[in-house]
Amino acid sequence: MSAEYDIAETLDVKGASCPMPVVKTKSAIDDLDAGAVLEVLATDPGSMSDLDGWADGTAGVELVGQEEGDDVYKHYVRKTE
Amino acid sequence: MSTDTPDAPADDASAEDVPADDPPSRAELAARVDELEDALAAATDEDGAKKMSIIATKGTLDMAYPPLILASTAAAFGYEVTVFHTFWGLDILHEERSKDLKLSSVGNPNMPVPNAVAALPGMDRVTTKMMEKRIADNDTATIEELLETSLDMGVEFQACQMTIDLMDYDEDDFYDGVTTGVGAATALQDMAEADIQLLV
Repeated sequence: MSAEYDIAETLDVKGASCPMPVVKTKSAIDDLDAGAVLEVLATDPGSMSDLDGWADGTAGVELVGQEEGDDVYKHYVRKTE
Repeated sequence: MSTDTPDAPADDASAEDVPADDPPSRAELAARVDELEDALAAATDEDGAKKMSIIATKGTLDMAYPPLILASTAAAFGYEVTVFHTFWGLDILHEERSKDLKLSSVGNPNMPVPNAVAALPGMDRVTTKMMEKRIADNDTATIEELLETSLDMGVEFQACQMTIDLMDYDEDDFYDGVTTGVGAATALQDMAEADIQLLV
């Protein structure tokens, strides 16, 4: 399912609500090397729009995919630089 | 045309002068373009990060959230964020008081109790407990968590010196990392340089 991305790290923010999914994603991305993909697992429905907006407005990151699973929203963010 | 008439001869004269000058060589133009590109790069790269400036003036539990949520989120976007806390907003930075912020039960018609009842002694405590329970049940970040997170992310929190004196607070009362000894001019300067300015 998520094998299409080579996931370097998984961040579990299930249960956390705004603004924590975005804030914790940012911190986790900072610790990765350029080119690495971070998987973010969230239960906050707002994370679908928020992570998209964050990735769009933030330098050095790219949202490569989002999946809506059973009660879990999965986000894949690549660090580009 | 009519108002420009007195200057017209001078303009004509200078206009006529232009063709007389040697046109700049291609090399000169290229050098000039390089020069301007460098100047542009310096002007835009000098401080690449966008900036946000928030003035936090409220210290009720509900009003403490917006500045902290926006500050931490903007920091996640890579913004340089300054939050200037003044009047009751200062309580958000007060280590002890920030953990005991109250929700007012009066003045908000959306409250489940009529104002006449809400004004009874102890009702603020009831509504505050109610909100605190909701915050805990929803896994919403606490004020303390948001503040610590924002500090970790490099948000600059400023405590208005005038309010510190007014409320008789001590500099040691605030969270580590909070900037004290600043006033309105500092806030104004931040606002002037910021891409986003908000008063909460």
